[in-house]
Amino acid sequence: MGERVLMKGNEAIAQAAISAGCRHFFGYPITPQTEVAAYMSKMMPKVGGVYLQGESEVASINMVLGAAAAGVRVMTSTSSPGISLMSEGISYIAGSDVPCVIVNVQRGGPGLGGIQPSQSDYFQATRSTGHGDFHLIVFAPSTIQETVDLVNKAFDIGDKYRMPVMILSDGMLGQMMEPVVLPEETNTAKDKPWAACGHQGKRKHNVINSLYIDPNELERLVRERFEKYKTIQATEQMAEEYMTEDADIIVVAYGASSRVSRSAVDMARKQGIKAGLIRPITLWPYPVDTIKKVAKTAKVFLSVEMSMGQMVDDVRLAVNGAVPVEFYGRTGGIIPTPKEVYDQIVRLNGGVQ
Amino acid sequence: MSSLNILLAGFGGQGILFTGKVMAYAGLMEGKEVSWLPSYGPEMRGGTANCSVCISDEKIGSPLVVTPDVLVAMNLPSLEKFEDAVVPGGIIILDSTIISKKVSRTDVKVIYLDASKIAEDNGLKGAANMVILGRLFKETAFCSPENLDKGLQKTIPAKKMALLDNNRKAISLGEKSA
Repeated sequence: MGERVLMKGNEAIAQAAISAGCRHFFGYPITPQTEVAAYMSKMMPKVGGVYLQGESEVASINMVLGAAAAGVRVMTSTSSPGISLMSEGISYIAGSDVPCVIVNVQRGGPGLGGIQPSQSDYFQATRSTGHGDFHLIVFAPSTIQETVDLVNKAFDIGDKYRMPVMILSDGMLGQMMEPVVLPEETNTAKDKPWAACGHQGKRKHNVINSLYIDPNELERLVRERFEKYKTIQATEQMAEEYMTEDADIIVVAYGASSRVSRSAVDMARKQGIKAGLIRPITLWPYPVDTIKKVAKTAKVFLSVEMSMGQMVDDVRLAVNGAVPVEFYGRTGGIIPTPKEVYDQIVRLNGGVQ
Repeated sequence: MSSLNILLAGFGGQGILFTGKVMAYAGLMEGKEVSWLPSYGPEMRGGTANCSVCISDEKIGSPLVVTPDVLVAMNLPSLEKFEDAVVPGGIIILDSTIISKKVSRTDVKVIYLDASKIAEDNGLKGAANMVILGRLFKETAFCSPENLDKGLQKTIPAKKMALLDNNRKAISLGEKSA
């Protein structure tokens, strides 16, 4: 195992991508993720890679599409308003069935909003990152170490299913430092027979495209893609359970708010309240299996988010009326305190006995 | 010590973030769980730059220190903003060269440390943060002396390693101020 070093979340994302064999990065600076691009601009020339700051997010995501179509590992990184600008390109990438990694270090919205941490892009990430019928795989790390591990996994899973993968982080995870063990660089070159990277007259040329004028052909392709999504939903769900076994009150939270919620669960346990935490690691596919299983024994669910309540819809869908599902959130860049979440747990418990 | 939550606050340029990083790295060397979270954005312009550091035996939940065990205040706005947040029985260390105000709370230990003056008198202008760190270390023993020094060495960028001894001297002055 390597040495534990202190690293900022944003820099760890960049280093993890390089370790995963990413040699192409296109982006545009925006707080609170600029350190990703800054790190890339420093390191990419040293490892023989390409760092290019596009003239905008729109340009950057289309450069990502081009690099992905050529079959190389490519990443971009931005924060909330930047994802909105990139959404057209992301849809094209999904419609072209090419893999890439897209990082969203979320900040408060809507509009220019603020620059403090937020989780209000959940709908955008899991429902509609662009127009059309498609999904991204969405990973939601909660520590810097997990961020590093998931960036590595994102490249692999993206290549496996030929689709875009999003790392949904936030300003807190991007700006904070924690100990991390960086992965060894591995040989990640994958054979991509579909890539448009030059056929040298030895095979028929590959076409990467998302335009299908014939509705029958388009429907067939979208249906094929959804068969793939079904497989992913069945096999790629990830969630962490914490003290759920005997818990009556289940907090569901991801990313930054899951750290706060875990502290709140510890506070509740000290008071003899049977609280537990489910922490989704994949937001799409949503870990419905874990929620369904725990819903058999829990009495109430509480979705805790740094938004006005977005993931709570997925909790409700998974719980499917078995027990009540409640919500607590702060928004606009405010991080809830463990005490605030603890108070909600106490309320659901009907006080402290 | 099972966990220590520290909030360091002052003007930008006083070395608040650096001091926090030395502590976090020292904690890491000690084999603890640590986190370091800086304030960023408009609040840093002219107001208070602050930084949350958690050093714990257990996994760290929220890295945002809302109720610090130790508050380091290096300017008046920082003291006024965070004084009430310190846990009862906690410690406030303030640079009394810069802050003339007295702390009104009686349920915390207050250390009025003439840090900027101590630094300047010893030819270490700009190292008030390290004087404070020395005192904080003396008060809390959040790591071993060896690991504090390792944390310092890890945090000073290679280009500035010439300043290592000055930082050590300042830390030692802080320790002796007790």
